[in-house]
Amino acid sequence: MTLAPILKIESLHVAFRSRELGQEAKLAVKGLNLAVSPGEVFGFLGPNGAGKTTTMNVLLGFVPPTSGNAFLFGVNVREPIARQRIGYLPELTYYYKFLTAEEILRFYAKIFGLRSSLADQRINSILKLVELDHARKRPIKTYSKGMQQRVGLAQALINNPDLLILDEPTSGLDPVGRMKVREIIQRLKNDGKTVFFSSHELGEVETVCDRVAILCDGQLKAEGKVEQLVRAYQCTTLEQVFLKIIDYKLAA
Amino acid sequence: MSAAAKRFRTIIDFRREIAPIGSGLAGLTAAAPSALRNIHAIGGIVIKELCRRKDFYVLFVLTALITALMGSVSFFNEVKVVRYVKEICLLLIWISSLVIAITTAARQIPFERENRTLFPLLAKPVTRGQVALGKFWGCWLATGLALFVFYLFFIVVSATRDHDLALVASLQALTLHWCMLGVVIAITVLGSLVFAAPSSNNTITIVVVAGILLLGRHLNKVALRLDEPLQSILYSIYYIIPHLELYDMRDLLIHSWGSIPWLVWLGAIAYAIVYAVLFLFAACLVFQRKPVN
Repeated sequence: MTLAPILKIESLHVAFRSRELGQEAKLAVKGLNLAVSPGEVFGFLGPNGAGKTTTMNVLLGFVPPTSGNAFLFGVNVREPIARQRIGYLPELTYYYKFLTAEEILRFYAKIFGLRSSLADQRINSILKLVELDHARKRPIKTYSKGMQQRVGLAQALINNPDLLILDEPTSGLDPVGRMKVREIIQRLKNDGKTVFFSSHELGEVETVCDRVAILCDGQLKAEGKVEQLVRAYQCTTLEQVFLKIIDYKLAA
Repeated sequence: MSAAAKRFRTIIDFRREIAPIGSGLAGLTAAAPSALRNIHAIGGIVIKELCRRKDFYVLFVLTALITALMGSVSFFNEVKVVRYVKEICLLLIWISSLVIAITTAARQIPFERENRTLFPLLAKPVTRGQVALGKFWGCWLATGLALFVFYLFFIVVSATRDHDLALVASLQALTLHWCMLGVVIAITVLGSLVFAAPSSNNTITIVVVAGILLLGRHLNKVALRLDEPLQSILYSIYYIIPHLELYDMRDLLIHSWGSIPWLVWLGAIAYAIVYAVLFLFAACLVFQRKPVN
Protein backbone atom coordinates (compact mmCIF):
# COMPACT_ATOMS: atom_id res chain seq x y z
CA MET A 1 0.00 0.00 0.00
CA THR A 2 1.42 3.43 -0.99
CA LEU A 3 0.81 5.98 1.72
CA ALA A 4 -0.42 9.45 0.87
CA PRO A 5 2.32 11.99 1.67
CA ILE A 6 1.93 13.74 5.00
CA LEU A 7 3.81 16.74 3.63
CA LYS A 8 3.72 17.71 -0.03
CA ILE A 9 5.22 20.65 -1.87
CA GLU A 10 4.32 21.25 -5.53
CA SER A 11 6.23 23.63 -7.83
CA LEU A 12 6.83 26.04 -5.00
CA HIS A 13 8.20 29.45 -5.88
CA VAL A 14 8.78 32.14 -3.29
CA ALA A 15 9.94 35.60 -4.32
CA PHE A 16 10.70 38.50 -2.02
CA ARG A 17 10.22 41.99 -3.39
CA SER A 18 13.21 44.23 -2.97
CA ARG A 19 12.68 47.39 -0.92
CA GLU A 20 15.00 49.35 -3.17
CA LEU A 21 13.61 50.90 -6.32
CA GLY A 22 14.60 49.27 -9.59
CA GLN A 23 15.82 46.10 -7.85
CA GLU A 24 14.35 42.82 -9.04
CA ALA A 25 12.49 40.48 -6.71
CA LYS A 26 14.73 37.85 -5.11
CA LEU A 27 13.70 34.27 -5.75
CA ALA A 28 14.27 32.39 -2.52
CA VAL A 29 12.70 29.09 -3.65
CA LYS A 30 12.58 28.03 -7.29
CA GLY A 31 10.12 25.32 -8.29
CA LEU A 32 10.53 23.01 -5.32
CA ASN A 33 8.78 19.64 -5.36
CA LEU A 34 8.93 17.45 -2.28
CA ALA A 35 6.91 14.71 -0.62
CA VAL A 36 7.40 13.20 2.82
CA SER A 37 5.61 9.96 3.71
CA PRO A 38 4.16 9.17 7.15
CA GLY A 39 6.69 7.75 9.58
CA GLU A 40 9.74 9.13 7.79
CA VAL A 41 12.52 11.17 9.35
CA PHE A 42 13.38 13.61 6.60
CA GLY A 43 16.49 15.80 6.64
CA PHE A 44 16.23 19.12 4.84
CA LEU A 45 19.74 20.32 4.10
CA GLY A 46 21.43 23.19 2.39
CA PRO A 47 23.94 25.98 2.96
CA ASN A 48 22.85 29.24 4.58
CA GLY A 49 20.52 31.18 2.26
CA ALA A 50 19.53 28.05 0.32
CA GLY A 51 15.83 28.55 1.04
CA LYS A 52 15.29 25.98 3.82
CA THR A 53 13.80 28.37 6.36
CA THR A 54 11.70 30.06 3.65
CA THR A 55 10.27 26.65 2.70
CA MET A 56 9.53 25.92 6.36
CA ASN A 57 7.94 29.36 6.69
CA VAL A 58 5.64 28.51 3.77
CA LEU A 59 4.73 25.17 5.39
CA LEU A 60 3.86 26.98 8.61
CA GLY A 61 1.84 29.69 6.87
CA PHE A 62 4.21 32.54 7.78
CA VAL A 63 5.00 33.33 4.15
CA PRO A 64 2.54 32.95 1.26
CA PRO A 65 3.94 31.12 -1.77
CA THR A 66 4.40 33.27 -4.89
CA SER A 67 3.23 30.28 -6.91
CA GLY A 68 2.80 26.58 -6.32
CA ASN A 69 1.25 24.86 -3.35
CA ALA A 70 2.15 23.16 -0.11
CA PHE A 71 0.01 20.67 1.76
CA LEU A 72 0.11 19.14 5.23
CA PHE A 73 -2.07 16.05 5.66
CA GLY A 74 -3.55 16.88 2.25
CA VAL A 75 -4.75 20.29 3.44
CA ASN A 76 -3.40 23.48 1.90
CA VAL A 77 -1.08 25.20 4.38
CA ARG A 78 -3.04 28.44 3.94
CA GLU A 79 -5.72 26.83 6.16
CA PRO A 80 -4.83 27.17 9.87
CA ILE A 81 -6.39 23.76 10.53
CA ALA A 82 -3.53 22.19 8.52
CA ARG A 83 -1.38 22.94 11.58
CA GLN A 84 -3.64 21.05 14.02
CA ARG A 85 -1.42 17.96 14.08
CA ILE A 86 2.01 19.41 13.66
CA GLY A 87 4.63 20.42 16.16
CA TYR A 88 7.14 23.15 15.31
CA LEU A 89 10.45 23.90 16.95
CA PRO A 90 12.04 27.17 15.77
CA GLU A 91 15.79 27.51 15.38
CA LEU A 92 16.19 29.66 18.47
CA THR A 93 14.05 29.65 21.57
CA TYR A 94 11.34 32.25 21.29
CA TYR A 95 8.99 31.92 24.24
CA TYR A 96 7.30 34.20 26.73
CA LYS A 97 10.11 34.57 29.23
CA PHE A 98 7.79 35.69 32.04
CA LEU A 99 5.95 32.34 31.99
CA THR A 100 7.06 29.07 33.55
CA ALA A 101 7.51 25.92 31.46
CA GLU A 102 4.27 24.55 32.85
CA GLU A 103 2.33 27.73 32.05
CA ILE A 104 3.61 27.91 28.51
CA LEU A 105 2.70 24.27 27.87
CA ARG A 106 -0.75 24.85 29.35
CA PHE A 107 -1.22 27.86 27.07
CA TYR A 108 -0.34 25.86 23.95
CA ALA A 109 -2.47 22.94 25.15
CA LYS A 110 -5.41 25.35 25.37
CA ILE A 111 -4.75 26.52 21.81
CA PHE A 112 -4.91 22.90 20.67
CA GLY A 113 -8.17 22.47 22.56
CA LEU A 114 -6.88 19.77 24.94
CA ARG A 115 -9.14 19.09 27.90
CA SER A 116 -7.68 20.18 31.23
CA SER A 117 -7.14 16.63 32.55
CA LEU A 118 -5.54 15.47 29.30
CA ALA A 119 -3.39 18.61 29.20
CA ASP A 120 -2.16 17.87 32.76
CA GLN A 121 -1.23 14.33 31.78
CA ARG A 122 0.59 15.44 28.66
CA ILE A 123 2.42 18.27 30.43
CA ASN A 124 3.66 15.84 33.10
CA SER A 125 4.83 13.24 30.61
CA ILE A 126 6.48 15.74 28.25
CA LEU A 127 8.29 17.58 31.02
CA LYS A 128 9.63 14.22 32.16
CA LEU A 129 10.62 13.34 28.58
CA VAL A 130 12.61 16.56 28.12
CA GLU A 131 13.94 16.33 31.70
CA LEU A 132 12.50 19.65 32.87
CA ASP A 133 10.17 18.28 35.54
CA HIS A 134 12.31 19.74 38.33
CA ALA A 135 12.19 23.26 36.84
CA ARG A 136 8.54 23.35 35.77
CA LYS A 137 7.59 26.20 38.16
CA ARG A 138 10.55 28.43 37.29
CA PRO A 139 10.18 31.32 34.80
CA ILE A 140 11.77 30.52 31.43
CA LYS A 141 14.04 33.56 31.71
CA THR A 142 15.99 31.72 34.44
CA TYR A 143 16.67 28.69 32.18
CA SER A 144 19.94 27.89 30.44
CA LYS A 145 20.00 27.80 26.63
CA GLY A 146 19.79 24.01 26.57
CA MET A 147 16.81 24.05 28.93
CA GLN A 148 15.07 26.67 26.78
CA GLN A 149 15.63 24.53 23.70
CA ARG A 150 14.02 21.62 25.56
CA VAL A 151 11.03 23.82 26.42
CA GLY A 152 10.81 24.39 22.67
CA LEU A 153 10.77 20.68 22.05
CA ALA A 154 8.17 20.20 24.79
CA GLN A 155 5.80 22.80 23.26
CA ALA A 156 6.26 21.14 19.87
CA LEU A 157 5.09 17.83 21.39
CA ILE A 158 2.17 19.08 23.48
CA ASN A 159 -0.50 18.09 20.93
CA ASN A 160 1.05 14.65 20.33
CA PRO A 161 1.71 15.69 16.71
CA ASP A 162 1.88 13.32 13.78
CA LEU A 163 4.37 15.58 12.03
CA LEU A 164 7.22 17.49 13.64
CA ILE A 165 8.90 20.36 11.82
CA LEU A 166 12.21 21.15 13.49
CA ASP A 167 14.37 24.05 12.36
CA GLU A 168 17.95 23.24 13.38
CA PRO A 169 16.93 21.60 16.65
CA THR A 170 20.47 21.19 17.96
CA SER A 171 21.76 24.62 17.00
CA GLY A 172 23.80 26.17 19.79
CA LEU A 173 23.54 23.16 22.11
CA ASP A 174 26.45 21.45 23.84
CA PRO A 175 27.25 17.79 22.96
CA VAL A 176 25.06 16.46 25.79
CA GLY A 177 22.15 18.66 24.71
CA ARG A 178 22.56 17.49 21.12
CA MET A 179 22.62 13.88 22.20
CA LYS A 180 19.40 14.37 24.18
CA VAL A 181 17.61 16.00 21.24
CA ARG A 182 18.83 13.21 18.95
CA GLU A 183 17.53 10.61 21.41
CA ILE A 184 14.14 12.31 21.46
CA ILE A 185 13.97 12.38 17.64
CA GLN A 186 14.91 8.69 17.60
CA ARG A 187 12.17 7.94 20.14
CA LEU A 188 9.62 9.85 18.05
CA LYS A 189 10.71 7.92 15.00
CA ASN A 190 10.18 4.65 16.87
CA ASP A 191 6.68 5.88 17.80
CA GLY A 192 5.90 6.23 14.10
CA LYS A 193 5.98 10.04 14.02
CA THR A 194 7.06 11.91 10.91
CA VAL A 195 9.93 14.31 11.46
CA PHE A 196 10.94 16.99 8.95
CA PHE A 197 14.02 18.82 10.08
CA SER A 198 16.72 21.11 8.83
CA SER A 199 20.22 20.89 10.20
CA HIS A 200 23.82 21.75 9.48
CA GLU A 201 25.00 18.81 11.59
CA LEU A 202 25.45 16.31 8.79
CA GLY A 203 26.71 13.54 11.06
CA GLU A 204 23.53 13.80 13.07
CA VAL A 205 21.42 13.79 9.90
CA GLU A 206 23.22 10.69 8.68
CA THR A 207 22.42 8.94 11.97
CA VAL A 208 18.72 9.67 12.28
CA CYS A 209 17.34 10.40 8.80
CA ASP A 210 15.60 7.95 6.48
CA ARG A 211 15.80 10.37 3.56
CA VAL A 212 17.34 13.73 2.88
CA ALA A 213 16.91 16.57 0.39
CA ILE A 214 19.69 19.00 -0.42
CA LEU A 215 18.68 22.48 -1.43
CA CYS A 216 21.02 25.03 -2.96
CA ASP A 217 20.18 28.50 -4.24
CA GLY A 218 16.47 27.78 -3.87
CA GLN A 219 16.59 24.66 -6.02
CA LEU A 220 16.38 21.02 -5.07
CA LYS A 221 19.75 19.49 -6.01
CA ALA A 222 19.40 15.99 -4.63
CA GLU A 223 16.90 13.84 -2.80
CA GLY A 224 16.94 10.27 -1.58
CA LYS A 225 18.20 7.86 1.05
CA VAL A 226 21.58 8.74 2.53
CA GLU A 227 23.26 5.54 1.31
CA GLN A 228 21.81 6.00 -2.20
CA LEU A 229 23.19 9.54 -2.40
CA VAL A 230 26.57 8.48 -1.06
CA ARG A 231 26.72 5.78 -3.73
CA ALA A 232 25.43 7.99 -6.56
CA TYR A 233 27.95 10.73 -5.85
CA GLN A 234 30.78 8.24 -5.24
CA CYS A 235 31.53 9.59 -1.77
CA THR A 236 31.99 8.01 1.63
CA THR A 237 30.02 10.41 3.83
CA LEU A 238 26.99 12.66 3.52
CA GLU A 239 29.23 15.65 4.22
CA GLN A 240 31.25 14.89 1.09
CA VAL A 241 28.03 14.55 -0.94
CA PHE A 242 26.83 17.88 0.43
CA LEU A 243 30.08 19.68 -0.41
CA LYS A 244 30.09 18.17 -3.90
CA ILE A 245 26.51 19.27 -4.54
CA ILE A 246 27.05 22.84 -3.41
CA ASP A 247 30.23 22.85 -5.50
CA TYR A 248 32.53 23.67 -2.61
CA LYS A 249 36.19 23.88 -3.57
CA LEU A 250 38.58 22.91 -0.81
CA ALA A 251 41.37 25.39 -0.20
CA ALA A 252 44.75 24.06 -1.40
CA MET B 1 -3.31 -3.34 12.35
CA SER B 2 0.19 -2.67 10.97
CA ALA B 3 2.09 0.53 11.74
CA ALA B 4 1.70 1.72 8.13
CA ALA B 5 -2.04 1.12 8.22
CA LYS B 6 -2.26 3.00 11.54
CA ARG B 7 -0.51 6.01 10.01
CA PHE B 8 -2.80 5.90 6.96
CA ARG B 9 -5.77 5.75 9.33
CA THR B 10 -4.45 8.90 11.08
CA ILE B 11 -4.57 10.84 7.81
CA ILE B 12 -8.08 9.61 7.00
CA ASP B 13 -9.28 10.54 10.53
CA PHE B 14 -7.67 13.94 10.22
CA ARG B 15 -9.37 14.64 6.88
CA ARG B 16 -12.72 13.59 8.35
CA GLU B 17 -12.15 15.82 11.37
CA ILE B 18 -11.35 18.93 9.32
CA ALA B 19 -13.94 18.28 6.61
CA PRO B 20 -16.59 20.58 8.13
CA ILE B 21 -14.17 23.50 8.16
CA GLY B 22 -14.88 25.65 5.15
CA SER B 23 -18.06 23.79 4.30
CA GLY B 24 -20.65 26.44 5.02
CA LEU B 25 -22.59 26.91 8.23
CA ALA B 26 -21.53 23.56 9.69
CA GLY B 27 -17.93 24.63 9.28
CA LEU B 28 -18.57 27.95 10.94
CA THR B 29 -20.26 26.41 13.96
CA ALA B 30 -17.39 23.92 14.27
CA ALA B 31 -14.74 26.65 14.02
CA ALA B 32 -16.37 29.25 16.29
CA PRO B 33 -15.65 27.62 19.70
CA SER B 34 -12.01 27.05 18.81
CA ALA B 35 -11.67 30.68 17.67
CA LEU B 36 -13.13 31.94 20.96
CA ARG B 37 -10.91 29.54 22.92
CA ASN B 38 -7.81 30.79 21.09
CA ILE B 39 -8.74 34.44 21.58
CA HIS B 40 -9.34 33.83 25.28
CA ALA B 41 -6.07 31.91 25.69
CA ILE B 42 -4.05 34.67 24.00
CA GLY B 43 -5.87 37.25 26.13
CA GLY B 44 -4.86 35.32 29.25
CA ILE B 45 -1.18 35.68 28.34
CA VAL B 46 -1.58 39.47 28.04
CA ILE B 47 -3.15 39.65 31.51
CA LYS B 48 -0.40 37.47 33.01
CA GLU B 49 2.23 39.69 31.43
CA LEU B 50 0.64 42.85 32.79
CA CYS B 51 0.29 41.35 36.28
CA ARG B 52 3.97 40.38 36.28
CA ARG B 53 5.12 43.81 35.13
CA LYS B 54 5.24 46.80 37.47
CA ASP B 55 3.52 49.43 35.28
CA PHE B 56 0.06 49.11 36.75
CA TYR B 57 1.23 48.97 40.36
CA VAL B 58 3.40 52.07 39.92
CA LEU B 59 0.53 54.03 38.34
CA PHE B 60 -1.90 52.93 41.03
CA VAL B 61 0.45 53.87 43.87
CA LEU B 62 1.13 57.26 42.21
CA THR B 63 -2.60 57.93 41.78
CA ALA B 64 -3.29 56.93 45.38
CA LEU B 65 -0.39 59.02 46.71
CA ILE B 66 -1.31 62.17 44.78
CA THR B 67 -5.00 61.86 45.68
CA ALA B 68 -4.20 61.18 49.34
CA LEU B 69 -1.89 64.19 49.40
CA MET B 70 -4.55 66.42 47.83
CA GLY B 71 -7.23 64.96 50.08
CA SER B 72 -5.23 65.63 53.22
CA VAL B 73 -5.39 69.36 52.57
CA SER B 74 -8.52 71.00 54.00
CA PHE B 75 -9.15 74.62 53.09
CA PHE B 76 -11.46 76.22 55.69
CA ASN B 77 -13.83 73.26 55.52
CA GLU B 78 -14.95 74.54 52.11
CA VAL B 79 -17.29 72.17 50.23
CA LYS B 80 -15.61 72.89 46.88
CA VAL B 81 -12.44 71.27 48.15
CA VAL B 82 -14.13 67.87 48.06
CA ARG B 83 -15.02 68.47 44.43
CA TYR B 84 -11.47 69.54 43.78
CA VAL B 85 -10.12 66.31 45.30
CA LYS B 86 -12.61 64.26 43.28
CA GLU B 87 -11.62 66.10 40.11
CA ILE B 88 -7.92 65.48 40.70
CA CYS B 89 -8.57 61.81 41.48
CA LEU B 90 -10.70 61.31 38.34
CA LEU B 91 -8.23 63.17 36.14
CA LEU B 92 -5.44 60.92 37.41
CA ILE B 93 -7.60 57.84 36.82
CA TRP B 94 -8.29 58.98 33.24
CA ILE B 95 -4.63 59.69 32.51
CA SER B 96 -3.42 56.44 34.16
CA SER B 97 -6.00 54.27 32.41
CA LEU B 98 -5.19 55.79 29.02
CA VAL B 99 -1.46 55.29 29.62
CA ILE B 100 -2.01 51.66 30.67
CA ALA B 101 -4.35 50.95 27.73
CA ILE B 102 -2.19 52.55 25.05
CA THR B 103 1.23 51.38 26.22
CA THR B 104 0.01 47.83 26.86
CA ALA B 105 -1.79 47.48 23.54
CA ALA B 106 0.91 49.22 21.50
CA ARG B 107 3.67 46.82 22.51
CA GLN B 108 1.78 43.53 22.18
CA ILE B 109 2.17 42.56 18.50
CA PRO B 110 5.46 44.44 17.83
CA PHE B 111 7.04 42.70 20.84
CA GLU B 112 5.74 39.33 19.69
CA ARG B 113 7.44 39.99 16.35
CA GLU B 114 10.61 41.41 17.87
CA ASN B 115 11.01 38.58 20.40
CA ARG B 116 9.84 36.14 17.72
CA THR B 117 7.30 34.55 20.06
CA LEU B 118 4.83 35.07 17.22
CA PHE B 119 6.35 32.17 15.27
CA PRO B 120 5.64 29.27 17.63
CA LEU B 121 2.20 30.81 18.17
CA LEU B 122 1.31 31.12 14.47
CA ALA B 123 2.65 27.60 13.89
CA LYS B 124 -0.35 26.41 15.90
CA PRO B 125 -3.89 26.32 14.48
CA VAL B 126 -4.37 30.02 15.15
CA THR B 127 -5.24 32.69 12.60
CA ARG B 128 -3.64 36.11 12.64
CA GLY B 129 -7.08 37.61 13.19
CA GLN B 130 -7.40 35.52 16.36
CA VAL B 131 -4.01 36.80 17.55
CA ALA B 132 -5.07 40.44 17.00
CA LEU B 133 -8.43 39.84 18.70
CA GLY B 134 -6.75 37.94 21.56
CA LYS B 135 -4.39 40.85 22.13
CA PHE B 136 -7.35 43.24 22.17
CA TRP B 137 -9.31 41.01 24.54
CA GLY B 138 -6.39 40.64 26.96
CA CYS B 139 -5.59 44.35 26.97
CA TRP B 140 -9.25 45.27 27.42
CA LEU B 141 -9.73 42.84 30.32
CA ALA B 142 -6.48 43.96 31.95
CA THR B 143 -7.41 47.65 31.71
CA GLY B 144 -10.88 46.76 33.01
CA LEU B 145 -9.25 45.16 36.04
CA ALA B 146 -7.04 48.21 36.57
CA LEU B 147 -10.02 50.53 36.10
CA PHE B 148 -12.05 48.60 38.67
CA VAL B 149 -9.30 49.05 41.26
CA PHE B 150 -8.97 52.75 40.41
CA TYR B 151 -12.74 53.39 40.69
CA LEU B 152 -12.94 51.43 43.92
CA PHE B 153 -10.29 53.75 45.26
CA PHE B 154 -12.24 56.77 43.95
CA ILE B 155 -15.47 55.57 45.58
CA VAL B 156 -13.66 55.13 48.89
CA VAL B 157 -12.08 58.59 48.63
CA SER B 158 -15.33 60.33 47.68
CA ALA B 159 -17.32 58.42 50.31
CA THR B 160 -14.95 59.44 53.08
CA ARG B 161 -14.83 63.10 52.01
CA ASP B 162 -18.28 63.63 50.52
CA HIS B 163 -20.29 61.11 52.57
CA ASP B 164 -22.04 60.17 49.31
CA LEU B 165 -21.42 56.80 47.66
CA ALA B 166 -23.04 57.60 44.23
CA LEU B 167 -22.77 53.93 43.35
CA VAL B 168 -25.01 53.95 40.25
CA ALA B 169 -23.29 56.97 38.72
CA SER B 170 -19.88 55.47 39.51
CA LEU B 171 -20.89 52.17 37.94
CA GLN B 172 -22.08 53.96 34.81
CA ALA B 173 -18.90 56.04 34.69
CA LEU B 174 -16.77 52.90 35.10
CA THR B 175 -18.55 50.95 32.35
CA LEU B 176 -18.55 53.86 29.89
CA HIS B 177 -14.92 54.58 30.67
CA TRP B 178 -14.09 50.91 30.04
CA CYS B 179 -15.97 50.95 26.71
CA MET B 180 -14.11 54.10 25.67
CA LEU B 181 -10.84 52.34 26.49
CA GLY B 182 -12.02 49.44 24.29
CA VAL B 183 -12.14 51.83 21.32
CA VAL B 184 -8.73 53.26 22.26
CA ILE B 185 -7.23 49.76 22.53
CA ALA B 186 -8.71 48.78 19.16
CA ILE B 187 -7.16 51.92 17.59
CA THR B 188 -3.82 51.08 19.23
CA VAL B 189 -3.87 47.45 18.05
CA LEU B 190 -4.52 48.70 14.51
CA GLY B 191 -1.72 51.26 14.92
CA SER B 192 0.68 48.55 16.15
CA LEU B 193 0.22 46.79 12.81
CA VAL B 194 0.56 49.93 10.70
CA PHE B 195 3.46 51.72 12.39
CA ALA B 196 6.82 50.03 12.63
CA ALA B 197 7.88 51.00 16.16
CA PRO B 198 5.74 50.78 19.33
CA SER B 199 7.09 54.19 20.42
CA SER B 200 5.75 55.91 17.29
CA ASN B 201 2.44 54.09 17.73
CA ASN B 202 2.31 55.21 21.39
CA THR B 203 2.93 58.83 20.48
CA ILE B 204 0.52 58.92 17.54
CA THR B 205 -2.27 57.19 19.46
CA ILE B 206 -1.85 59.44 22.51
CA VAL B 207 -1.96 62.55 20.28
CA VAL B 208 -5.03 61.28 18.38
CA VAL B 209 -6.91 60.25 21.54
CA ALA B 210 -6.02 63.46 23.38
CA GLY B 211 -7.04 65.43 20.27
CA ILE B 212 -10.41 63.69 20.11
CA LEU B 213 -11.02 64.11 23.85
CA LEU B 214 -10.12 67.80 23.90
CA LEU B 215 -11.17 69.05 20.45
CA GLY B 216 -13.54 66.40 19.09
CA ARG B 217 -16.74 68.12 20.19
CA HIS B 218 -15.65 71.50 18.77
CA LEU B 219 -14.70 70.40 15.23
CA ASN B 220 -18.14 71.18 13.75
CA LYS B 221 -18.06 74.68 15.23
CA VAL B 222 -14.59 75.29 13.82
CA ALA B 223 -15.74 73.94 10.43
CA LEU B 224 -18.47 76.63 10.25
CA ARG B 225 -15.84 79.34 10.12
CA LEU B 226 -13.81 77.75 7.30
CA ASP B 227 -14.10 78.01 3.52
CA GLU B 228 -14.69 75.06 1.21
CA PRO B 229 -13.18 72.49 0.77
CA LEU B 230 -11.72 72.70 4.30
CA GLN B 231 -15.20 72.98 5.77
CA SER B 232 -16.34 69.70 4.19
CA ILE B 233 -13.12 67.98 5.16
CA LEU B 234 -13.45 69.05 8.80
CA TYR B 235 -17.13 68.11 8.85
CA SER B 236 -16.27 64.66 7.47
CA ILE B 237 -13.64 64.23 10.17
CA TYR B 238 -16.18 65.32 12.80
CA TYR B 239 -18.63 62.63 11.68
CA ILE B 240 -16.01 59.90 11.13
CA ILE B 241 -14.01 60.05 14.36
CA PRO B 242 -15.24 58.15 17.42
CA HIS B 243 -16.40 60.79 19.89
CA LEU B 244 -14.60 59.54 22.97
CA GLU B 245 -15.53 62.67 24.91
CA LEU B 246 -19.10 61.30 25.13
CA TYR B 247 -17.84 58.76 27.68
CA ASP B 248 -16.53 61.37 30.06
CA MET B 249 -18.86 61.34 33.10
CA ARG B 250 -16.43 63.13 35.37
CA ASP B 251 -18.53 66.26 35.80
CA LEU B 252 -21.54 64.20 36.90
CA LEU B 253 -19.46 62.50 39.58
CA ILE B 254 -17.63 65.63 40.72
CA HIS B 255 -20.78 67.68 41.19
CA SER B 256 -22.93 64.72 42.34
CA TRP B 257 -25.44 65.31 39.53
CA GLY B 258 -26.62 61.71 39.59
CA SER B 259 -26.70 59.05 36.92
CA ILE B 260 -27.61 59.23 33.22
CA PRO B 261 -30.68 57.45 31.70
CA TRP B 262 -29.95 53.76 31.11
CA LEU B 263 -31.04 54.04 27.45
CA VAL B 264 -28.37 56.68 26.85
CA TRP B 265 -25.89 54.46 28.64
CA LEU B 266 -26.82 51.52 26.39
CA GLY B 267 -26.60 53.69 23.25
CA ALA B 268 -23.13 54.85 24.22
CA ILE B 269 -22.02 51.23 24.72
CA ALA B 270 -23.41 50.26 21.31
CA TYR B 271 -21.59 53.23 19.72
CA ALA B 272 -18.31 52.08 21.29
CA ILE B 273 -18.87 48.48 20.14
CA VAL B 274 -19.41 49.62 16.53
CA TYR B 275 -16.18 51.62 16.48
CA ALA B 276 -14.15 48.93 18.26
CA VAL B 277 -15.40 46.31 15.78
CA LEU B 278 -14.53 48.56 12.82
CA PHE B 279 -10.98 49.18 14.05
CA LEU B 280 -10.46 45.51 14.92
CA PHE B 281 -11.74 44.41 11.53
CA ALA B 282 -9.22 46.77 9.91
CA ALA B 283 -6.48 45.40 12.20
CA CYS B 284 -7.30 41.80 11.20
CA LEU B 285 -7.20 42.76 7.50
CA VAL B 286 -3.85 44.53 7.85
CA PHE B 287 -2.34 41.65 9.86
CA GLN B 288 -3.56 39.07 7.33
CA ARG B 289 -1.63 40.83 4.56
CA LYS B 290 1.49 41.58 6.56
CA PRO B 291 4.53 39.31 6.06
CA VAL B 292 5.78 38.04 9.42
CA ASN B 293 9.15 36.53 8.50
